[in-house]
Amino acid sequence: MTFFSHLRKAAIATAFVLGATAVHAEEQYFPLQSYRVGPYAAGGTGFFGGFIDYLNLINIRDGGVNGAKLAWSEGETQYEVEKGVEVYERLKSNPGIAAWNPLSVGIAYAMIDRITDDKVPLITINHGRTDTTDGRVFPYVFPLLLNPYSETSGIVNYIASKEGGLDKLKGKNIVVLYHGSPYGKETIPIYELLSQKYGFELSQIEVPHPGNEQQAQWLTIRREHPDYVVLRGWGVMNPVALKTAQKTGFPADHIIGNVWSNSEEDVIPAGDAAKGYTAITTQASGERYPVVQEIVKTVYGDGKGNLEDKSRIGSVYHNLGIVNGILNVEAVRIAQAKFGNRTLTGDEVRWGFEHLKLDPARVEALGAKDLFHSINVSWDNHEGDGYVTFQQWDGKKWNVVSDWIAPDWKLLRPIIEKSSEAYAKEKGIKIRTAEDADAVVSN
Amino acid sequence: MSYYDFLFVIEVLVGGLLSGVMYSLVAIGFVLIYKTSGVLNFAQGSMVLFAALTFVSLVERGIPFALSLLITFAVMVALGFTIERTVLRPLVNRSPMTLFMATLGLSYIIEGAAQLIWGTQVHGLDLGIDDTPFEVGGILISSFDLLAAAIAAAMVAGLSAFFYWTRIGLAFRAVADDQFAALAVGLRLPRIWGTVWTAAGFVALVTGLLWGARLGVRFSLSLIVLKALPVLVLGGFDSILGAIVGGLIIGASEKLAEVYLGPFVGGGIEGWFAYALALVVLLVRPSGLFGQKTVERV
Repeated sequence: MTFFSHLRKAAIATAFVLGATAVHAEEQYFPLQSYRVGPYAAGGTGFFGGFIDYLNLINIRDGGVNGAKLAWSEGETQYEVEKGVEVYERLKSNPGIAAWNPLSVGIAYAMIDRITDDKVPLITINHGRTDTTDGRVFPYVFPLLLNPYSETSGIVNYIASKEGGLDKLKGKNIVVLYHGSPYGKETIPIYELLSQKYGFELSQIEVPHPGNEQQAQWLTIRREHPDYVVLRGWGVMNPVALKTAQKTGFPADHIIGNVWSNSEEDVIPAGDAAKGYTAITTQASGERYPVVQEIVKTVYGDGKGNLEDKSRIGSVYHNLGIVNGILNVEAVRIAQAKFGNRTLTGDEVRWGFEHLKLDPARVEALGAKDLFHSINVSWDNHEGDGYVTFQQWDGKKWNVVSDWIAPDWKLLRPIIEKSSEAYAKEKGIKIRTAEDADAVVSN
Repeated sequence: MSYYDFLFVIEVLVGGLLSGVMYSLVAIGFVLIYKTSGVLNFAQGSMVLFAALTFVSLVERGIPFALSLLITFAVMVALGFTIERTVLRPLVNRSPMTLFMATLGLSYIIEGAAQLIWGTQVHGLDLGIDDTPFEVGGILISSFDLLAAAIAAAMVAGLSAFFYWTRIGLAFRAVADDQFAALAVGLRLPRIWGTVWTAAGFVALVTGLLWGARLGVRFSLSLIVLKALPVLVLGGFDSILGAIVGGLIIGASEKLAEVYLGPFVGGGIEGWFAYALALVVLLVRPSGLFGQKTVERV
């Protein structure tokens, strides 16, 4: 019965929180600002479920990372910034914090100055402020795998590949339908830039939050007869977009979703209107990957699986959580190789993230071949050149429909540096050097 | 203006009117409670979420559609009477602000309970209504929206008949006019309030099904109250007809504004345009277009 299983989980979570104050020797701790209730609970339960499942796998299968057990506790944020900050204040005094992973742009923004003072990494996988990619200015923030500009470039490159090359974009008409929030507006300038560079016509149309009414926007789109619509949505905006597109006669297979419009929760409520819809992703969905199968066998087999609904194993958010777990754990492992197999400081883990290089061979060794491509983080590139792929919804599941595609990092880097340097100037931040990055606080 | 442009204006207008009907559905739930108890029931959105989530969860557990509908209605009846017994009755004769704050708290409790009982997963809701558009004179019209409009019209007709031609409806109106006088002539206030909350629960169920089929059944269903508030201000808090007319005006004007004014101010204006319009009406007619003017002896 759902009610009683919720009670059981609440009791276990309470026990964890109470126990978390006494972190044992050689334990690496992850404070989780999760959201399991509220408007974005579906994403929160999937992502944090996948993250915890992977941490559990490492504990059960390997006894932790080189003997250091992984510990965590959760604080509920409901995706609200003030609650996220409150959870940060409550959990920050726990010893052995490896990294923060709030999965929220708003909470991440509110934490940048705080975690910089604390010298603890803040992971914003697939989201966050684009210019935090520049590790010279943001030493502790890591928008791993994909920042919003790379996502934009990846989507445009994918459309180009469908049309037969970047030169074929000239004269095409693309509409970007974006969420009326700072997140939604983040990519406006980069779409403008790519439109000028490749010669496609561009309209960017805002949908007011939360996006449960889009008739006017889609009628405007219908009038423009675009070749493609890029959906930069969030939450309820996504299925409503797909349903309204159907109502106004726009084909779903010419709608390309961004990385926060790519989950099962975005397409299932849209029913048949979502068939043929394509979306970008950094990690494939499904259970066929060895690491996911190991989680099913070892973690769920042991009764420690975090997802209540087992049918969500291998879903987009669950797999994103698993990939996030892999990246966090490997950063700890890399840092241990340098500083010793013990509980690390936040700054040592930061060093680990700045040397997080997982090539396809290492990704395969981790059981994640084809789940994600690779990552190559450095002290000044905190995104790590993540590759993207595209998946299409067939009415029941996502199917990968492209190879791994590289965004145009060379084009984007100068724009990112311009923005981060302006931020550094405004805040009076000294631009870091490689030598600065190698200086690590170990106690 | 070319013929094509003219058709486009009509299309935006029709789309807006049909959207407005959906707003009216939410607003009617508010009106029912306000009419009989003077309470602005902020928990109406949560009741919509609760009803839709209960229904879809039952269907997903293999219970037939009709039986799920019946069970959900029974749950909403129980919820209505529980609210009357535990929240309203102890607060009888308290100020409207106290009652409003009580429904605000109730809203959080119902939302939390809905998620605690049924979980937080997003559900698709297929009512078996085809949503592919059909063309009339070059204008695309959604069959789903048309059906929603028909259901709303039937509900308004039914509720109006109920209020004006039944004894209990007469009792509702008596309570709405003067609670003390109604009590003095022997009307049983708790029973009337329980019944009216049940009616609001029924409206919440219908609204939840139609909006749930549009958005999916998810937490944000409770946010549709934000669409109802300007409708209520414009139409009047105590008029079912006002809820319908207000919904149509808001729906049509916000869509026309988004398409024709939006591009000049950066777009995304329909979120606040409805409130701006309601504010203007509030300045001219504080009781709304159809609301009863309050006259108080001082």
